[in-house]
Amino acid sequence: MGNILLTGAIEIGKILLVVVPLLVSVAMLTYFERKVIGAIQLRKGPNVVGPFGLLQPFADALKLLTKETIVPTGANRVVFMMAPMLTLLLSLVAWAVIPFGYGLVLADINVGVLYLFAISSLGVYGIIMAGWASNSKYAFLGAMRSAAQMVSYEVSIGFVIITVLLCVGSLNLSDIVMAQKTVWFAIPLFPMFVIFFVSALAETNRSPFDLPEGESEIVAGYFVEYSSMSFAMFFLGEYAAMILMSGMTTILFLGGWLPPFDMAPFNWIPGLVWFALKTAACLFVFLWVRATMPRYRYDQLMRLGWKVFLPFSLFWVVLTAGVLVYTGWIPR
Amino acid sequence: MLEAIVFYIFSAVMVAAAVMVIFARNPVHSVLFLILCFFNAAGLFVLMGAEFLAMILVVVYVGAVAVLFLFVVMMLDVDFVALREGYAKYLPVGAAVGVVLAAELVFVLAPWAFSASVPEAIAIPIPDPGQIHNTRALGLVLYDDYAYVFQASGLILLVAMVGAIVLTLREREGVKRQSIARQVARTRAEGTETVAVKSRQGVDV
Repeated sequence: MGNILLTGAIEIGKILLVVVPLLVSVAMLTYFERKVIGAIQLRKGPNVVGPFGLLQPFADALKLLTKETIVPTGANRVVFMMAPMLTLLLSLVAWAVIPFGYGLVLADINVGVLYLFAISSLGVYGIIMAGWASNSKYAFLGAMRSAAQMVSYEVSIGFVIITVLLCVGSLNLSDIVMAQKTVWFAIPLFPMFVIFFVSALAETNRSPFDLPEGESEIVAGYFVEYSSMSFAMFFLGEYAAMILMSGMTTILFLGGWLPPFDMAPFNWIPGLVWFALKTAACLFVFLWVRATMPRYRYDQLMRLGWKVFLPFSLFWVVLTAGVLVYTGWIPR
Repeated sequence: MLEAIVFYIFSAVMVAAAVMVIFARNPVHSVLFLILCFFNAAGLFVLMGAEFLAMILVVVYVGAVAVLFLFVVMMLDVDFVALREGYAKYLPVGAAVGVVLAAELVFVLAPWAFSASVPEAIAIPIPDPGQIHNTRALGLVLYDDYAYVFQASGLILLVAMVGAIVLTLREREGVKRQSIARQVARTRAEGTETVAVKSRQGVDV
């Protein structure tokens, strides 16, 4: 019995080792976002709280914590409170299978990619539940938009993942990274890399695909009615999902924890640092896109998903499979 | 020991959720309980070592099918009072169907016995999980042994899909559609025209 308790305590310790740095990175990401967008718009960004404004996200978190939680009268209370918790939970559990370095992973399961795909496809529930339970027109419209959007872009993400799997021959995330020892998949599969990244923007409801929030027409979309900590949970979930999607891009296309060249100055740096650097680079592109692109119109968003990405990615799956079989490179 | 406890937790929650699907007053709650039920089924699959099936169950049923269910149920304007009106009228019919089904189940289960070939069938097809994991095993069965049957079932689904689209497709008149190709192909020459306007005369557009 004591043995079970001990292993349980060790596992919980490991989980905390992943979750706590993740939450800190979410806080730093909000700071980073405001600084990057500030720089692009020739402003300074937050610079008052702490050195260089570094403590700004923690000040924001404290402010949100001390505010009052308001539940609208017509709301469905249980579902209303469950939605933000679900969003946060889903964006945290996905990290269980992410390999941060060689063997540095909580659960090295055989179907790692499928697990990530499943978890990211569940993210839509938090949003639909929030939209419906708020009993508000704007929230409901935002939720409907987001549900349609996430379901559409998931299909092309699925095809991109299939292409990568064809080149690896395994669903295990560590195997996927190790298969990129000679060349990162971003180079031979470049079009799929672009499709994956754009779909990731749509999947996380980031601009230019942030129609579910669309503050100019539906105020703030599905979380109009949320305040205080429940709002903060949505926010945390959304940013953690952004980091997760960047991590997935890193693992699937940018060689995960592997250094860019396997030689002297590069392989002195530990894999964890490479992983973090690549993820941060992807996140920077997320923010860069936000500061640069105008928002898509809804019908154009759907057209891009169903009429451009879907046929194109399907074509690339067939092409990749054909090339692999023809040249005999298909992994056994 | 631990596995047994986890198994009973998953199954108990699953059965309870399934019961709540029927008894929940609000249809949206029913769908949410259905999702909980799917989740626990996936958990049971994982316990049995069928992690691929578990993930597919979550991706397909929870991630796609149930989202559409939820979509439809939320959009429907269901009048709960009207829904409950015929309750007493239909109760005897429903009860009769239930009793017949239960009786049939009893008749099937009472003389239950394994046929002689079952022990052989159990012994043959399952490879050692240590050697081949179930994703590969499923792939071998689906795409190597039964490739044609698999293709045929795919075709049947395609026909069903085409049928559903044909049945619901309607052409509406007067809908403005954006043609991106035409917009991009337009040149400045066809889009604009330079006119020298004389004073107090205007132009015909």
